[in-house]
Amino acid sequence: MFSEIAQYFRTEALPHIWCPGCGIGTITAAIVRSIKTLQLDQNNVVIVSGIGCSSRMPGYLDFNTLHTTHGRALAFATGIKASRPELDVFVIMGDGDASAIGGNHFIHAARRNIDLTAIIINNSIYGMTGGQSSPMTPHDKRATTSPYGNLERPFQILDVAKAAGATYGARATAFHNQLLTKLIVNAYNNPGFSVVETISQCPVSYGRRNKFKTPADMLMWQKEHAVMIGQKEAVGEDFSIGEIFKSEAPEYTGEYAKLRQRLKGE
Amino acid sequence: MAKQQFIFSGTGGQGLILAAIMLADAAVLAGQNVVQSQSYGPEARGGASKAEVIISDEAINYPKVQRPDLVLSISQEAYKKYGLTLDEKAKLIVDDTYVPETKPRSRNFYSLPLTKVTRTEFGSEQSANVVALGAVAAISRQLSLEHVREAVRQRAPKGTTDRNLKALELGWQLGVGALNQA
Amino acid sequence: MSKARLMQGNEACAEGALAAGVKFYAGYPITPSTEIAEIMAEKLPLIGGTFIQMEDEIGSMAAIIGASLTGAKALTATSGPGFSLKQENLGYAIATEVPCVLVNVQRAGPSTGLPTSPAQADVMQARWGTHGDHPIIALCPSSVQECYELTVKAFNFAEEFRQPVIMLMDEVVGHLREKVELPDAVEVVERKKPSVSPDEYIPYANNESMIPAMANFGDGYRYHVTGLTHGENGLPTGKPAVAEKYLERLTRKLDPYLDRIQLYEEILLEDAELIVVAYGGPARSALEAVHAARSEGLNVGFFRPITIWPFPQEALEKYAGRQFLVPEMNSGQLVGEIERVVGRRQVQRLNRIDGELITPDQILQRIREVMTHVQ
Repeated sequence: MFSEIAQYFRTEALPHIWCPGCGIGTITAAIVRSIKTLQLDQNNVVIVSGIGCSSRMPGYLDFNTLHTTHGRALAFATGIKASRPELDVFVIMGDGDASAIGGNHFIHAARRNIDLTAIIINNSIYGMTGGQSSPMTPHDKRATTSPYGNLERPFQILDVAKAAGATYGARATAFHNQLLTKLIVNAYNNPGFSVVETISQCPVSYGRRNKFKTPADMLMWQKEHAVMIGQKEAVGEDFSIGEIFKSEAPEYTGEYAKLRQRLKGE
Repeated sequence: MAKQQFIFSGTGGQGLILAAIMLADAAVLAGQNVVQSQSYGPEARGGASKAEVIISDEAINYPKVQRPDLVLSISQEAYKKYGLTLDEKAKLIVDDTYVPETKPRSRNFYSLPLTKVTRTEFGSEQSANVVALGAVAAISRQLSLEHVREAVRQRAPKGTTDRNLKALELGWQLGVGALNQA
Repeated sequence: MSKARLMQGNEACAEGALAAGVKFYAGYPITPSTEIAEIMAEKLPLIGGTFIQMEDEIGSMAAIIGASLTGAKALTATSGPGFSLKQENLGYAIATEVPCVLVNVQRAGPSTGLPTSPAQADVMQARWGTHGDHPIIALCPSSVQECYELTVKAFNFAEEFRQPVIMLMDEVVGHLREKVELPDAVEVVERKKPSVSPDEYIPYANNESMIPAMANFGDGYRYHVTGLTHGENGLPTGKPAVAEKYLERLTRKLDPYLDRIQLYEEILLEDAELIVVAYGGPARSALEAVHAARSEGLNVGFFRPITIWPFPQEALEKYAGRQFLVPEMNSGQLVGEIERVVGRRQVQRLNRIDGELITPDQILQRIREVMTHVQ
């Protein structure tokens, strides 16, 4: 119920801009629930976003919130975390935001393994600008800039994250809301760069062009094609959900603190 | 002192910029105004390299050398560019290893075994830049050995101070010797 | 004053930043500014600060804004090509009023240009490089001593006015080594923090000072920062009245402080028939030429804008009616401002764009020509 999490919202900033049937609202609730579960001090939480539909989220939330430029959320967040590592920093990005214009910042945040919790809301489309294909639009799917079907191959963003050095990668969907909450909690608890890819639905700009009649059809698609990792292999349109990878590596701000300490000793 | 303008010219990697910085440091220690600048290509090693120093007891506005009082050249190419056309009132110092071909000048010309002396003393060409600095400082007659010595102490890379101080002495002696012969 | 020493312009800039209290540097290597990053990498961890080499210029600008929001005085440095890339988030810092200092050691352009050669090619980019109406402060040092002093000022202006400040250096002063005498202590300004409780805090208050108090992230004042046009509460707005109020304040916020921000130097102007207006490295050539002209009996003076944006127009306006000569290492950028202030017919241009420092002889030659024409 909203009343349970209302304290984390700026009610004066509502109503939100998201379309009816959009997945971002329920994902927002999952993020807030995970912060509630973690019992984080609201004053200590920073939420950073880039540009796009999902990036409007921080404006509605009552934390230290930063709505930055397109693709750059992780670079801003890196400055915040490196300057003040005791802050709890969450970064909200869309699929185009994170993987196209922000792709370079993404791989380098992963390489540094800086302790940020990155949540990529993947609705397979540029929603805010009206439905252009993104680097995560599936092959053959339609968008205003791929009217004959997408010729390109999509990024598997968690594969990218893992290859670049991130130490936690998980996937859930707007439909699997409880799982999503749990995975964000785990991602936060991982001391390093953590990525949670969240499959979401954009009924207006993606669904209508790709044979989904209603938002509910899209949620059903998420339910039917999600396969819990370890239980079954994901084939065809199916995709794995759950904790996809986890590892240990030195974390950037911790290493920097050690450097300062070492220099003090010299 | 009236305005004194120096050019250190040669090849990238010879350490001429550092030598020029040391000369400038010495001038600061002597209470003078000083500017030091350089120009070089994109290569860290091997391209043409030029460093300039201007020393004066008055304010120095334009920071580039217009009429050099002393030119050091440690490559044939640098000699051609800066030495060949140099006014005979200005002093010209060349290294006799790397500038084998020179045209006679009536005065103020010093072809010195900077590289050879360095090799003999240290077994390599490292510190030849500081040997050259010693010669430049002595021949310029503008700075005391003590000030240049202090400058070398300040700027010498860690662990090379003794070697570079020795190099400075060698260069200074070469310079003083050349002045006595002239 | 502590004792004199030899220092490079870029090094003096880094030392000035340290004296002003810099605690965070993010950057990307680029000639001829890299020395600043190298010094920061060495020194910041020693004083509890943070240096980070980012993946690109855009990220560097973003990171210093993030760090500044947590309360750290933040710096980045670049040159022309990187300055172009930084414009996006420079605009963000201006719109969100986040203090920071951006050093641009100018080199010859356009594009990759002449990376190791000096120029004053980014004068207009410093003013209007980022999109939209906005205020900007750009300071232009002519000596190594000034690289130090103006960097301190740049931080002080940034913190006091919640405003990114550009140190618009050039390769001449950036790579020049010169005798400096650094003071033992400098005046350091800290940003104004809220004096009210978090409940009463209005992050973008339209108060009389035009400069809202700024809370650090993590200090209990939870607020929203966005590059969208926003109201006093920081939240985005589409309402024309709210947008207008915000933009009115933003674009005029420096106006009450112009007499303190607009720095300039005047030499031999009283009886000058011709005034040479020069800034940055080439101002050194200009001053030498002015002295040489005086020794020839020519009544020539020297005006040097130290703050080039906002351009000190009232200071220059006093001399309207005289002749002006504007040497620049570009094809004519700041000269437009001088023409605007004193009239196009009064102004002669002298431009050099080959990557070599304009010489005193070149300027003296033009002074003689102009003066002959005047008489």
